[in-house]
Amino acid sequence: MMRPNLILHVVAKFIIPLIILFALYVQFHGDFGPGGGFQAGVIFSAAFILYALVFGLDTAEKIIPPHWLRILAALGVVIYAGVGMESLLLGGNYLDYTLLGSNQIAGQHLGILLVELGVGITVAAAMLILFFAFAGRGRD
Amino acid sequence: MDFFIGHYNYWIVIVLMMVGLYTVISRGNLIKKIIGLNIFQVSVFFLYISLGTVKGGAAPIITEGVKVYSNPLPHVLILTAIVVGVATTALALALVVRIKESYGSIEEDEIHNLDHSL
Amino acid sequence: MIDIVINITLLAFLAITSVAIVRMTNLFAIVMLFGIFSLLSAGLFVVMDAPDVAFTEAAVGAGISTVLMLATLALVKRRQKPYYDEAPRTHRTWLPLVVVAITGSALIYGTWDIPGFGAPGAPAQTHVARYYIENAMPDTGVPNIVTAVLASYRGFDTLGEVTVIFTAAVAVLLLIGGKRPKPPVKTKDKGKHDEA
Repeated sequence: MMRPNLILHVVAKFIIPLIILFALYVQFHGDFGPGGGFQAGVIFSAAFILYALVFGLDTAEKIIPPHWLRILAALGVVIYAGVGMESLLLGGNYLDYTLLGSNQIAGQHLGILLVELGVGITVAAAMLILFFAFAGRGRD
Repeated sequence: MDFFIGHYNYWIVIVLMMVGLYTVISRGNLIKKIIGLNIFQVSVFFLYISLGTVKGGAAPIITEGVKVYSNPLPHVLILTAIVVGVATTALALALVVRIKESYGSIEEDEIHNLDHSL
Repeated sequence: MIDIVINITLLAFLAITSVAIVRMTNLFAIVMLFGIFSLLSAGLFVVMDAPDVAFTEAAVGAGISTVLMLATLALVKRRQKPYYDEAPRTHRTWLPLVVVAITGSALIYGTWDIPGFGAPGAPAQTHVARYYIENAMPDTGVPNIVTAVLASYRGFDTLGEVTVIFTAAVAVLLLIGGKRPKPPVKTKDKGKHDEA
């Protein structure tokens, strides 16, 4: 599909793990520095979009099959809503994380971490779904 | 001079807003209309963030020895609005792709003519 | 002082870029300029003490959004040359200008009552924002107030936003997720270009 370009391939292979590592840092360090699920999700999807642009759409779809993406996009929302349900079952209010841990700080911290994880998964999967939908439409 | 510096941000926000609005009204190309809407959207982001800025304030991350922070609330609202904005923009672009596929054009006038010639 | 100078310069750049976007007709150039526009905005958000927003704008506006627009452009380009240009306009030009001028001057008249940029006593700074800044750390133990407000205080809001993103992805899949229907495109396209 695409003309192989050695420089692009080497640079992409070098840079994609770094982008994914950075996305994970932004995701899990979002409590302490700038960052969070929204940014991490977008950066994470950017890594795979770069992969798809350099190595072709078909290769990228072999790594992350589209039906996985659909499951992941729904999974993020389910994690988010599930944390809310969990606090409801523990006797608190919906999305009140205080009861998730042994004390308020621990509970809130765990809740925020889980919710941000849900946001990150949904955003990353949704951005990839959007990209694959647009890029795949041009393919005959 | 103080009045100028104090209101310059809002004036530029209004200029951007009007440029976006003008693009949406006056241009017939659907992609350009979407870009006009996006410019409008960014101008609203700037309005919110400008309102939340505090003179001499730091970014709203608690640090030792910092007393004044910017308002975190507009940051939260705009942060989510940006990501939702790209999702809705993608939806609009998908509609444009479908319009192109069934009308063969993304110019408003040509689509209008095709609708009338049916 | 230096941030005010940077602020004024970057905002002027933004205004110039937006005017250039309106005046151009080449869609490819417009999309690239919009990427520049987003990157300038990201820089400006950093100057306005909003690193979280700047982060998002740089990744989304200058990255994903530009890629999506380029992908769309590849799908909707014309068959004749020039591929990426918009058609010449047939609209009247003065009416939108009048509408925009009147709306803009009304809005600028309205700015007279807004407290100056960065005023610490502005109404926006005195209500709920102060509560978040004072209580976020003791309540949640998270130093980044933006994350605390986003995920904890306003968790419902964010749940809604995530659902909107999910729904938009589903809607895009429904619209253009499948294979393209071939036959009707060709015939209509041919007829249209003969007309033009």
